[in-house]
Amino acid sequence: MNSMLLLLVMGVVAGCLGAILGIGGGMIITPVLTIMMGLDIKYAIGASIISVIATSSGSTIAYLKDDMLNLRVAMFLEIATTVGAIMGALLVGVFSSSFLYVLFGFFLLYSTYNMIRKLFSKKGEGVYTGSDPVVEKFKLASTYYDKAEQKQIDYSMKNVPGGFVMMWAAGLASGLLGIGSGAFKVIAMDTIMKMPLKPSSATSNLMMGVTAAASATVYFFNGSIRPDIAGPLAIGVLVGATIGARLMQFLKPRIIRMIFIPIILYMGLQMALKGFGVNI
Amino acid sequence: MQSHEETRKVELIIGKILRIGVSISAIVILIGVALYFMNGSGYVGNSFPRRFSAIFNGLAAGKSYAVIMSGVFLLILTPVLRVVVSIYAFYKEHDTLYVVITTIVLVILMFAMFMGYRS
Repeated sequence: MNSMLLLLVMGVVAGCLGAILGIGGGMIITPVLTIMMGLDIKYAIGASIISVIATSSGSTIAYLKDDMLNLRVAMFLEIATTVGAIMGALLVGVFSSSFLYVLFGFFLLYSTYNMIRKLFSKKGEGVYTGSDPVVEKFKLASTYYDKAEQKQIDYSMKNVPGGFVMMWAAGLASGLLGIGSGAFKVIAMDTIMKMPLKPSSATSNLMMGVTAAASATVYFFNGSIRPDIAGPLAIGVLVGATIGARLMQFLKPRIIRMIFIPIILYMGLQMALKGFGVNI
Repeated sequence: MQSHEETRKVELIIGKILRIGVSISAIVILIGVALYFMNGSGYVGNSFPRRFSAIFNGLAAGKSYAVIMSGVFLLILTPVLRVVVSIYAFYKEHDTLYVVITTIVLVILMFAMFMGYRS
């Protein structure tokens, strides 16, 4: 009973944070399950993947209703992510995972630096509205209503091929290393493609569930997903994601970025160190 | 170029269908958890069903873990539902390009899930 209650509460927290930031919440769930509850890492990973799907599905309902996400960008980039994920799963063992951890870790650290620079830049959360042939061909430009700033924001984007490659790499990383790729998705849209942070996070939320569904079937049928853990956790995450998706709309993009920065800094350090054989 | 209004309508339809799918999976999981507190897991020790045949047998016998696993599996299917409904929505919008793009996503996803089932 107590452990189910703990799972429920942890799910609410992870779902809420995940929905706001467009990440899966695995980084919260895995350490709590392994360190605090002494659970085998296999079941912790199974639980994380269920949390990713629950965050994605719970928040997407709200983000669709409030017109926060960009369905075309999601589906267009989803091709890259899913292909990357399958290639990653097939290539497990071909590349050295230490090298990949270091590579992706340093990429996250570099992104942290970029995000901090953006936080302190005079232009602030400037919105890119220029024209771009790829954006026009694929009808990717869109609009959203920012409840925190109380205005309609029309936005465009650029560097779509760069974002596409980044999404492919994100999928590859999740297939090869079994890590969630929400943070990489947000970075691809926000930092590379210059999409505003809120639709980037909402769109990442929609996408990460689709990417995770394939690995979730693997974990489901190989017995990594335990009903006594996944059940209460999924309910908690669904509740948390619903709350988070409402909350996010009232947060200023700058605040969301301030929450995002320490998280990718931590993830980057953790991954880079893991590549050098140090676990934190 | 489609107007944003049309896209809105489509997004609202997807949202509604997705909500139904997520609610069903959540209700099944909750029923399973309630059954667990009433009757226990229904399985010996820490074991639980994970292949379809075992889950169906457990469901027929009203075992709580089988009910929870069914709900979790339905939850795993919700992203697939999202992609399927998106194809229909883009079709209603006469957006052939995105019907093709989203169908490609569905095919890749089904392939990956099939690989997952086989592994």
